[in-house]
Amino acid sequence: MEKIIELRNVNKFFTIGGGFFNPKKTLKVLENLNLSIRRGEILCLVGESGCGKTTTGKLIAGLIRPTSGEILFYGKDIWKMDKSEFKNYRRSVQIVHQDPYSSLNPVKNIYDTLSAPLLKHHIVSSNGQCEEKISELLEIVGLTPVEDFIYKYPHQLSGGQRQRVVIARALTLNPELIVADEAVSMLDVSIRLSIIRLLLSLKENFNMTFLFITHDLAMAKYFGWNGRIAVMYLGRIVEMGPTPKVLENPLHPYTKALLLAVPEADPEITRNKKVMELKSLDLPSLLNLPPGCRFSNRCPYMEPGKCDRIEPNLYEVEKEYYVACELYGRGV
Amino acid sequence: MESILKIEDLYIDYRVRRGLVKAVRGVSLEVYKGETLAIIGESGSGKTTLGLSIIKLLPSSARISQGKIWYQADGKKYEIVSLDGGKLRKFRWKEIAMVFQSALNAFNPVIRIWDHIVDTIDSHDVKITKEELRTKVLELLRLVQLDPDRVLRSYPHELSGGMRQRVLIALALLLDPNIIILDEPTTALDILSQRSIIELLKKIKKELNLTIILISHDLSLAAELADRVAVMYAGSLVEVGSVYDIFYRPLHPYTLGLIKAVPTVSTSFRELISIPGSPPDLIDLPPGCKFHPRCEYKKEECLREEPKLIGVFPNHYVACYRWEKIKYGKNN
Repeated sequence: MEKIIELRNVNKFFTIGGGFFNPKKTLKVLENLNLSIRRGEILCLVGESGCGKTTTGKLIAGLIRPTSGEILFYGKDIWKMDKSEFKNYRRSVQIVHQDPYSSLNPVKNIYDTLSAPLLKHHIVSSNGQCEEKISELLEIVGLTPVEDFIYKYPHQLSGGQRQRVVIARALTLNPELIVADEAVSMLDVSIRLSIIRLLLSLKENFNMTFLFITHDLAMAKYFGWNGRIAVMYLGRIVEMGPTPKVLENPLHPYTKALLLAVPEADPEITRNKKVMELKSLDLPSLLNLPPGCRFSNRCPYMEPGKCDRIEPNLYEVEKEYYVACELYGRGV
Repeated sequence: MESILKIEDLYIDYRVRRGLVKAVRGVSLEVYKGETLAIIGESGSGKTTLGLSIIKLLPSSARISQGKIWYQADGKKYEIVSLDGGKLRKFRWKEIAMVFQSALNAFNPVIRIWDHIVDTIDSHDVKITKEELRTKVLELLRLVQLDPDRVLRSYPHELSGGMRQRVLIALALLLDPNIIILDEPTTALDILSQRSIIELLKKIKKELNLTIILISHDLSLAAELADRVAVMYAGSLVEVGSVYDIFYRPLHPYTLGLIKAVPTVSTSFRELISIPGSPPDLIDLPPGCKFHPRCEYKKEECLREEPKLIGVFPNHYVACYRWEKIKYGKNN
């Protein structure tokens, strides 16, 4: 399958401090990231807060520039594109944010919210066409009957309905890739699933590609079962492969620790889980990483002299399955 | 079992411009000594309001229009709704303490953790010397697995989310309460810190013989920690039972819907079923059973009168006319 997006050796550093008492420091948010997303697939990006998953999403959506490395859209570096190519890329990649309460303009009704991009990008040429297109979009996202919703303002809608509007807005420019950054995390249990269903229907009906960013492993499992999953830890991918394989038989100790730590909505299963005892409860700071493997100071399998010396690369253990652990293959 | 807290037919409203928000409607609930009771429900179901009423900390716009809350332990008996002034100050935190939602906002950002502790002691008229206090605090911080030297001198922003939550738990335990109420204790935390809080709660419950009231939207947290679960919907309890009854033999369509809508990580992949529609507007509630607009089991009687919470099996209560029709095997 064709690659929509490819990240090659991407680094993203932020500089913090710089005041008189506060010397400049470099925060290495993403290091040496290599990743590709193929047309029509679902790639889930999971990890704890601060692991760089949102930054990755923003880089892929072209909202921020990488410090170094290339981000290719159909093989072309997005930051070397000419104006019309860049515009086309921007249209093709849309982002859905976490918070449906703050990502909509409170003084614009649904019609205004959706018509602005349609008119701006000349997708429709007249107001009549615009209204037709908006009705079509609202039907896709399940805000029906359309007449009841089209002139409503965000405060008149529930959280789930707002997220549907945000999705409709992302669809206005006929994108090929949607970056869904914690798109359902703020919604209630009973609403969450209906939004996930909506996203899956977009994949089925329009062959939409998804980068699904979440901290919720169970949601990633459900949404990305037929796709791939990448687990990130402190700015690096530690494991990446087909979702069923990674979640049912993880290779990296960090992935294992996460899976064993998740409480489950089933009393017997969750009470019989054997939680992995980590050597440290707290996540190290990006400014003060342990030497060698960055999980080594917490990893119960850590081998002194090896793990605290060598920063592991992503090894391909089988086709399409990568893990970044020096101990892989030794029954860890 | 000995009852420590008894809520009798409690009604709480909030006055807002649009009208009266009926946040809690006719809740009767007993809490037994030494148990962990989880109150689960979605946002706006009234679970936090119910929790706040137990320590009489409702905001000024709230009004308890009816009902009583009895507390009885160590030979003391209080009726909480009518408590005020000095009596209330002597009761709160010493008998029942609370860990509030969102660990960061619960602290004053400009004072150190040690001063938070001193403030708590001062405002509850406790006579204790600085030395005694210090010994007590050191003991508590060790119990919650924090390094006292570092934490006591820190400002809240210098601690991670998980550490702050542990400090809050230590603060709640400061005056040796019999009951602690935890409002969404793990919601904003990462998977691994969430796990450490869960393990901590299990430990303190065992060591201190506490009664815990857990308020959460997260079914998996209830599955992990609770002995009994109370499910709330639109301000009323719809089902109360042991954790195993609720998860494996639910009798209310809403409970069943929630369980079917939540994905799990370690079980094999299964299809999920969403609950149609969204929760009702608490100002303008539907007639009859408040869940009927979303319920697939509804009949005419459900539209006429709201069902009462009745015991249908030993220690298993449900508010549904059609509970006998609700079948749930573990595998469907």
